[in-house]
Amino acid sequence: MIDVAIVGGGVVGCMIARKLSRYQLKVVLVEKEDDVASGTSKANSAVIHAGYDAKPGTLKAKLNVQGNPLYDEICRELDVPFKRIGSLVVALNEEEVNVLEELMERGKNNGVPNLEIINREKLLEMEPNITSESRAALYAPTAGIICPYELTIALAENACLNGVDIKLNSPVIGIRAESGGGLSVETPGEIIHTRYVINAAGLFADEISRMAGAEDYSITPRKGEYLIFDRRFGDIVNRVIFPSPTKISKGILVCPTVDGNFFIGPNSNDVREKDDVSVTLQGIEEIVRGARKLIPRLPLMHVIASFAGLRAVSNTNDFVIGASKKVRGFINIGGIQSPGLSAAPAITEMVVDILKEEGLELKEKSNYNPGRPQINKFRLFNNEEKKELIRRDPVYGRVVCRCETVTEGEIIDAIRRPLGARSLDAVKRRTRAGMGRCQGGFCSPRVMAILARELGIDPLEVTKCGSGSEMLKGRTKEFIETGGVKSAK
Amino acid sequence: MQNRELVIIGGGPAGLSAAVEARKLGIKDVLVIDRESEPGGILKQCIHTGFGLHIFNEELTGPEYAERFIEEAERLGVEIMLDTMVLELTADRRLVAINSREGLVEIKAKTVILAMGCRERTRGAINIPGFRPAGVFTAGTAQRFVNIEGYMPGRKIVILGSGDIGLIMARRLTLEGAEVQCVVEIMPYSNGLIRNVVQCLEDYDIPLLLKHTVVNIHGRKRVEGVTIAEVDDDMKPVMETARFVSCDTLLLSVGLIPENELSRMTNIEIDEVTGGPVVNQRLETSLPGIFACGNVLHVHDLVDYVTQEAVLAARGAALYLASGSKKYEHIPVVTGDNLRYVLPQRINVDAVLEGKVNFFMRSVRPMAKAELFIESEWGVIKSRTLRHVRPSEMISIQVSRDEMIGSEIIKFRLQEEGGRVEHGN
Repeated sequence: MIDVAIVGGGVVGCMIARKLSRYQLKVVLVEKEDDVASGTSKANSAVIHAGYDAKPGTLKAKLNVQGNPLYDEICRELDVPFKRIGSLVVALNEEEVNVLEELMERGKNNGVPNLEIINREKLLEMEPNITSESRAALYAPTAGIICPYELTIALAENACLNGVDIKLNSPVIGIRAESGGGLSVETPGEIIHTRYVINAAGLFADEISRMAGAEDYSITPRKGEYLIFDRRFGDIVNRVIFPSPTKISKGILVCPTVDGNFFIGPNSNDVREKDDVSVTLQGIEEIVRGARKLIPRLPLMHVIASFAGLRAVSNTNDFVIGASKKVRGFINIGGIQSPGLSAAPAITEMVVDILKEEGLELKEKSNYNPGRPQINKFRLFNNEEKKELIRRDPVYGRVVCRCETVTEGEIIDAIRRPLGARSLDAVKRRTRAGMGRCQGGFCSPRVMAILARELGIDPLEVTKCGSGSEMLKGRTKEFIETGGVKSAK
Repeated sequence: MQNRELVIIGGGPAGLSAAVEARKLGIKDVLVIDRESEPGGILKQCIHTGFGLHIFNEELTGPEYAERFIEEAERLGVEIMLDTMVLELTADRRLVAINSREGLVEIKAKTVILAMGCRERTRGAINIPGFRPAGVFTAGTAQRFVNIEGYMPGRKIVILGSGDIGLIMARRLTLEGAEVQCVVEIMPYSNGLIRNVVQCLEDYDIPLLLKHTVVNIHGRKRVEGVTIAEVDDDMKPVMETARFVSCDTLLLSVGLIPENELSRMTNIEIDEVTGGPVVNQRLETSLPGIFACGNVLHVHDLVDYVTQEAVLAARGAALYLASGSKKYEHIPVVTGDNLRYVLPQRINVDAVLEGKVNFFMRSVRPMAKAELFIESEWGVIKSRTLRHVRPSEMISIQVSRDEMIGSEIIKFRLQEEGGRVEHGN
């Protein structure tokens, strides 16, 4: 019998898994995709918000403000880059200056420290590329940026090391309360018997809740599209730059990434399907228009990728967190849209408290390890460190991804680490190979060869992101036998 | 720290040609550094013919063309350091490179020739909407899979962009039994050589859809199809014309970008139009002793021109080694009407080698007939009538030292004949 089964390997599921792994418990995490951080946690604004935006009294407001300061320690323990660079909400006219006042007031009510409204001169000094039409800005020094999938992977690796069983490629197809108490969670491979189920299924949390016979609520996917730019232009802004917010969204921002790029986005459009992460022409135009209001001179020739992510919006428009009143042992964590990433550490604390209330006994392990094995980020090493690393293992002397200077050693590490990479995207998220300006044009055949060799599979079986996304269709000459050639004139 | 006479970064056609010429000119210590485990660069995967018509009067395949220079380089004692990536280059020509055998290598070079080639533009650069499934490749990556690795990237294929690699892959994949549905080109004309349009598309009945583009990519895990649409004169898709084309793969042949990350790191002056360094008649960059040739300088349509350019860079390096750095007074070379760029971007007429300069340029649009004017502040120096000018086909013209002497400026402009008359400014 398992103590806790977590459904969903996003940032919330993985952070809870890590938290529970410090206690003497048997914990399983099931994830339907071939890697953690494959849904909302891989495609969002990557901002740890200060917490002035959400309405006072909501879970969003409370957990954001509580969660933000917890990031320093989490990132230190896991060696995940986190930069507290601060954020600016920019007002372009008098009306928007009033909005800044409101936001500051709201922020103070929420308990956000050190908020300040700065004038135009100060703003232009801090952000020289910002529009000259700006009037003032709300400065929140506690806002930060992080890489959300690197964080999620680090959390999962740590959970793994501390004994959590992470089952990938395991969609939940049934949840039942068992007659003798406890619950059974069914995946295509097995039935997991557990005392508690934590539903952290993101966009699908409503379906998982319904499947278990627990509370009925609905999750609507709300799409946000992004454009990410070449690292050459990474210093176009120094902080997270927001426009003045509207009722439905914090607006289209211009934001640096911890890896030195910058992005613009997201817009905000409800969509019908929970897997509709397609980018649209109108969407791209919309975010370019939006971002230009803040930074008029965008290097649009140097976009390296566009992508879209989905917010899991609940019908209450707030986080839905709590033990089910209908199914004993079932705990919902639904509607985790923005500021879900910022709130995740506080959500985790809240869920642990709920588990205690529900009767789970938490005894600390004596051998809990808060960290994870070091990652050799070759690109960030100095020449002496590079020399030493290659001397220790010559495989770090071979650069596979030239845009991001990722070596073969790092790719092998990514495959062999706890919760190792099994696909091109998984390697990319762990090493940045393929994330640069050539977007894998040069390195993808080489990464595929390393994956095939390390995993002992045929190159034809190598996928981009799990089964059904195989990169290659066959060997040369193979189709001639089955297809035939049109004759040359 | 190693001390070297000449270090060439890149062992493709430009780097190899420069190395061979440098040895012939008597430079004893020539080191070529290449990222790959074999020299030859992108030619290794270009198994089609058409290389060497100008240089050898023969139609060679890419590997054959490369092999001639590899053998020559070996015979002449050029040192080639393979599997080695240059991580740093400074203005005073210090290099940091790494490989698995020697680890981190530091080199001080008297002269450097940049020959890093180019890379392909990707989906991100042109913002194609839709999903991000497996099955979207650049044409060059697909070419590597097919010709070097022996794998097929897809069975039913749409190609976006009619650059030469895309056209050649249309034929190649067809010969391998794949179905190439169409080649989609946003411009009203092909961006490849005419001979490739004829030999790779027309001969195989592969439709070329001009003034069309891909407006959506379908498929969550693997490409299931694309939506294509006509574009109007502003290159905006006309959505009423949108139609779905079923395919499992989309190849992109949407342009090449000189690979100048290392040059930028060194703060070499870059021409934002060519994407390569600004050079003079010796192909010397803004940094003394650092030269550039081949696709790192500007994208070429024929490898033969790359070789010619590399020879010039090697001569520049040899002169530099013989006489040291000289402070040249340059006059600007100006790109006038109907031209996208002219190379070199500046010259010193007194220091012109062999009494003439080879100028390379590209037109901004196709013309049936045009007059190329070369002017100084005194008026027209030289003119030439050109037939069938196309942006995809580089124009080259030699101007002698005598023709340019005494000028403060050299300006090139193209005037369409029988069409609109455009006046120079």
